[in-house]
Amino acid sequence: MSVNIKIRDAVKKYGDNTIISDLSLDVKEGEFFILLGPSGCGKTTLLRMIAGFNSIEGGDFYFGDTRINDMDPAKRNIGMVFQNYAIFPNMTVEKNVAFGLKNRKLPKEEIKAKTDQFLKLMKIEEYGDRMPERLSGGQQQRVALARALAITPDVLLMDEPLSNLDAKLRVEMRTVIKEIQNSVGITCVYVTHDQEEAMAIADRIAVMNGGEIQQIGTPKILYQRPTNLFVATFIGRTNVIEGSLEMKDGEPYLVLPGDYKVKLEKVREDEKHDQKVVASIRPEELVVEPEGKDGLKAIVDDAVFLGLNTHYFVHFLTGEKAEIIQESQIDSIIEKGTEVNLRVKTEKINVFIEDGSKNIIEGVVNDYDVYKKA
Amino acid sequence: MKDLKNRNIDIWKAVSALILVAYAIFLLYPLIKLLYQSVLVDGSFSLGNFTAFFSQRYYTKSISNSLKVSTLATAITLIIGIPMAYFYQMYEIKGKTLLQILIILCSMSAPFIGAYSWIMLLGRMGTITVFIKNLTGIQLPSIYGFNGILLVLSLQLFPLAFLYVSGALKNIDNSLLEASENMGCSGVKRFFKVVIPLCMPTIIAATLMIFMRAFADFGTPLLIGEGYQTFPVVIYNAYFAETGSNHGFGAAVSVIGILITAVIFMLQQYVNGKFTFTMNAMHSIERKTPHGLKAFLINFYCWFMVGLAFLPQAYVIYTSFLKTSGVLFLKGFSLDSYRYAFTHLKKAIPNTFTIGLTALAIVIVLAILIAYLVVRRNNIANKAIDTLSMIPYIIPGSVVGIALAMSFSSGWLVLTGTVTIMIVALVIRRIPYTIRSSVATLQQIPMSIEEAAISLGSSKLKAFFTITVPMMANGILSGAIMSWVTIITELSTAIILYNLNSVTLTIATYTYVSRGNYGVAAAYATILTVATTISLLLYMKVTGSKEISF
Repeated sequence: MSVNIKIRDAVKKYGDNTIISDLSLDVKEGEFFILLGPSGCGKTTLLRMIAGFNSIEGGDFYFGDTRINDMDPAKRNIGMVFQNYAIFPNMTVEKNVAFGLKNRKLPKEEIKAKTDQFLKLMKIEEYGDRMPERLSGGQQQRVALARALAITPDVLLMDEPLSNLDAKLRVEMRTVIKEIQNSVGITCVYVTHDQEEAMAIADRIAVMNGGEIQQIGTPKILYQRPTNLFVATFIGRTNVIEGSLEMKDGEPYLVLPGDYKVKLEKVREDEKHDQKVVASIRPEELVVEPEGKDGLKAIVDDAVFLGLNTHYFVHFLTGEKAEIIQESQIDSIIEKGTEVNLRVKTEKINVFIEDGSKNIIEGVVNDYDVYKKA
Repeated sequence: MKDLKNRNIDIWKAVSALILVAYAIFLLYPLIKLLYQSVLVDGSFSLGNFTAFFSQRYYTKSISNSLKVSTLATAITLIIGIPMAYFYQMYEIKGKTLLQILIILCSMSAPFIGAYSWIMLLGRMGTITVFIKNLTGIQLPSIYGFNGILLVLSLQLFPLAFLYVSGALKNIDNSLLEASENMGCSGVKRFFKVVIPLCMPTIIAATLMIFMRAFADFGTPLLIGEGYQTFPVVIYNAYFAETGSNHGFGAAVSVIGILITAVIFMLQQYVNGKFTFTMNAMHSIERKTPHGLKAFLINFYCWFMVGLAFLPQAYVIYTSFLKTSGVLFLKGFSLDSYRYAFTHLKKAIPNTFTIGLTALAIVIVLAILIAYLVVRRNNIANKAIDTLSMIPYIIPGSVVGIALAMSFSSGWLVLTGTVTIMIVALVIRRIPYTIRSSVATLQQIPMSIEEAAISLGSSKLKAFFTITVPMMANGILSGAIMSWVTIITELSTAIILYNLNSVTLTIATYTYVSRGNYGVAAAYATILTVATTISLLLYMKVTGSKEISF
């Protein structure tokens, strides 16, 4: 049985220090929801408030219709996977998985059946009698997940569960986690600082910074239409280039270094006036034009061939640096020192007002806006 | 280059050989001599000494008495100490640094000082006994015998249980507790189902340690036991009751003592084998601030128990400043006891420091060398050293004393009555603990660090002493402070080996207690407490740590 989570005006304080203020959030039933942000942004703090390990200094937390603010962590019916797995070192794998079930005083046969079911689901049934010490990191992760799911929780909470694994295992396990979550259909709140991991598994992501949610949305929205410069730089790679917006014949133009001008199609009506702006142009949104064509002038500093793509590191005539990703061509790589002309894919780029706090391109969807107070 | 390498190997072989010879002379020879004496009656082989022991109820009863009182005392220390350690690590307790220092001081004082202080408080003419009798007319139950031994040992040893379990709790990752809570197991239930099982390896080690101390303690039952005979007292009496060179019966009793502790040790090893897991906390448990009644109860429990345990020491310090006349305490204060203490048994203070520091230095050097041989150079000779070094762990202190006294009182090497034999005894007694901690520390240091030094042109010997030993320093230092304190408060071995030239503060205290001269005894005991406290504060200052672990 899965539930939705509703958080309204949550406040977290350590002493006089406010970590989170007036944060609201809705996680839909059965949704894979990720809290993403740099370290210290408050994402783990928020997760632990949901779990009941951190006190709540203000606001309301609901599972379905039940307010859980003052509910004992043991009563919240939560499955939790910890960063270091928190597997009891003194119990076998099977006993670890059965621990939560035993606390519910289920009949023995049922405990056995459930334990076996989840050991099998996580493909660790042959390790049931082993002590955790004799398991690899990935296997321990599976035990932690089996243990959390065995109690059929309403909500599954995961705190950077993959951060202790090596890169390859991380990719493998995130697929496992996504599949399991899908098949069990449980509401899941997952904390990570790894944006690629978040993109790979989330239904929706909340990007946090400095204790505040910046934007909530699907991975696609966050990548393509970030609400502000922070989200643009945190999700994926991007070139941040200062420029200005100029109106000419009622049409907005983006002016980039070296007086290169491109027409912007989808600027919001209320932002159509002359102003300084910051453009976020992702490496794949810059295209090297064939010789002779006009474009944004740049000089190639270095080229890195990575198989599928080739990365070019360039600087503009004004000295600003940028990165370009091109699909690798069969002919030779552009030499260092070559001057190239770049075309900007104007339909894809994002442009922000001078302080980076607001995207002036249409099409930004931020689920967090509904909670913002007028 | 090749020559250099060979020479290094030879140096370590020479070290191995020297250590083996030392063990042969000072450990194996005395033990064999003890065994030999025990089966010798009038110059021929006989089990007569053993049958004499087992045929007399007086003797066999002492074993069951000792087992009974030690088991109960161990159980009580665990029941008091484990919850206290749990409270201490889980909650903010008022004045917790002072609490910790007091607990350590309690664990470090010689048990017999507790015994005689309790006699002064609760004995027939004890301050509290008399006070309550005058006030209410009620005669308090007797403190002598079984109850007294149990009281003194429990209060003396629960700090050990506290310190051990505290250390284990510090290794529990906070997320384990949260995971348990998350799965519906919290509070008292979690304490029993998660916390205790996680601490089990430490609890078992602590149980053995505490039991061995209780079982081997000699001063407490001698002072407060009266009719209640315990085994260490029987050993002591058996040895001193006999005259001349026939120590057969004392030797036989000693052998029985070794057998009993060996069985207990093996039992512990067996149980311990069932718990093979290690813990390493990424995030230690966060102390919570308790509120309301809970806060009061937790603080009250901790401070009450520690207060009770520290009461005897505080009272001893108090009485050391009382005016005395002969063996009686008078009204008013004076420094007479100290004047007397400093003018009589003058050697006690310098002896305590020379004997203690020499023994400590030897223990540390030997422990480092043996740890290196055992961890880094695993061969038959070094395995033998490892095994030999653990033997004293299971031998009661008084037996070590008797074996040494028998072996070196006459013949090719006469050492009895010298300062040397005191040092030898203390080194033998203390070395297993220091080796264990040094081995554990060395095992944590990867070989690659030494290899890096060697690859940069340092010789193996130099690499060990300039790179590895400094890295071990912290572990060695924390072991050394414990060794130092146990060395200066050692009684059971020293009482058999000392004479006027090698008397120490602990023995001086004991001597005046047994003469009934409590004022002077209190002065000596206070000097000892001051020395212990200074050592402890010095250690905290040097290591910058507020907590002591073993």
